[in-house]
Amino acid sequence: MALSQDQVLAGLAEIVNEETGIDTDSVKMDKSFTNDLDIDSISMMTIVVNAEEKFGVKIPDEEVANLLTVADAVNFITAAQE
Amino acid sequence: MSQKIVVTGLGATSPLGGDVHSTWQALLQGKSGIRTLDYEWVARHELPVTFAGTAKVPASEVLTLQETKRLDPSSQFALIAAREAWADANITDFVPERLAVEFATGIGGVWTLLDAYDTLNAKGPRRVLPMTVPMLMPNGPAAAIGMDIAARGGVRTAVSACASGTEAIANAITRLRSGEIDIVVAGGCEAAIHPLPMAAFASMHALSKRNDEPEKASRPYDINRDGFVMGEGAGALVLETEEHALARGAKIYAELAGGYVTSDAHHITAPDPEGTAAARAVIGALKMANAEPKDVGHINAHATSTPVGDIAEYTALLRVFGDDLKNIPLSATKSSTGHLLGGAGAIEAIFTVLALHEKTAPPTINIFDRDPVIDLDVVTEPRTLGDNVLAISNSFGFGGHNAVIAFRSYN
Repeated sequence: MALSQDQVLAGLAEIVNEETGIDTDSVKMDKSFTNDLDIDSISMMTIVVNAEEKFGVKIPDEEVANLLTVADAVNFITAAQE
Repeated sequence: MSQKIVVTGLGATSPLGGDVHSTWQALLQGKSGIRTLDYEWVARHELPVTFAGTAKVPASEVLTLQETKRLDPSSQFALIAAREAWADANITDFVPERLAVEFATGIGGVWTLLDAYDTLNAKGPRRVLPMTVPMLMPNGPAAAIGMDIAARGGVRTAVSACASGTEAIANAITRLRSGEIDIVVAGGCEAAIHPLPMAAFASMHALSKRNDEPEKASRPYDINRDGFVMGEGAGALVLETEEHALARGAKIYAELAGGYVTSDAHHITAPDPEGTAAARAVIGALKMANAEPKDVGHINAHATSTPVGDIAEYTALLRVFGDDLKNIPLSATKSSTGHLLGGAGAIEAIFTVLALHEKTAPPTINIFDRDPVIDLDVVTEPRTLGDNVLAISNSFGFGGHNAVIAFRSYN
């Protein structure tokens, strides 16, 4: 069964926390990965592969560049589940 | 004109302690850093050896989460030791182009490599982390240190198994004497307490199997020694030209007077029983120090506690020092630390430097029944040394590598 946006956000926040130590509460929909959360490209790649496993989705490399904010990632993952 | 090279900073993380001070104090107190491993993989693999010298202070207690995620454990130890040494040297002003790193490892990023292979097998290529290559490469520790301190004068990695750490320090001499470099951060690290190296060293009967008495397993020169004990950690030394150190009013621990490397070309793992090439390494280091065998007042031996290795080193030392050998206070500190492989030469260099600076030769523990064929003055309780002492530290490695460095008291 597909997860809701809130569930995807919570799961993504856990992945971000595990990779970077950033508090899960700071991972909000309007935050930019690079500008607000200070996540670099290497951590982003790690977050992407961990998200693929956790949510059972495929996030193509060319799509990663478009995932600028947490909302971009949550929306992509939510849609990709279906 | 070859100018003097001096030691101005020390850093370590070892089975005895998370820094130089705690490591040295535990060593003087005759403590052992060897313990039974409580990792689940020991039982899962039914490893024949169930103990080792794990780092007293886990790297994760010292570094940031990001650092522990992006650095192999070997690089983590290296960074901890190098930061301590760098802070100890208190260098506030330097030219990055004249600062270099010579940092060794014996095995490299073995945890990263094997974890990544497990991931590849279990989950496929997509799950192999993007930092895998820079984490597993053997120059990873040296590169991590170089980035941390902004060393732009060259970052290099000696890889010669258990001689690596000493070779890295010897290599620093050439750089500092070239006139192009003022400061080198030198040393070595290892983080190979992993089931595969443990199984592989055990398979070649190199490891002690004294599972019921781990603290007494590393016993150089004891008649019942049955192999070395794996250790992990790192040691780092800040080395400077005397001119540079004096100009900034640095605290000076000792002079790095010489370093020399030879090779046996005899056997891939067994030392040459004649000890000819090992003896040449000692003589080469002494020659560079403008010294003769009779000048040596302290030896930090390689002495890993293997039946064959301890004898081979003794034979080589006899070749150099003859009858005088039995009057030179000798410390075999692996009895306390275990064998840090690529990090061994580095922490033993630190012990040698501190022996001169603190005028105290550290004790060798775990000699219960002396091997009668080895006639050495083994220091078993902390022993006072004089004000003006020349000391050597030996390291030998699989591949027939012999590396020897010489330090002199600095007054």
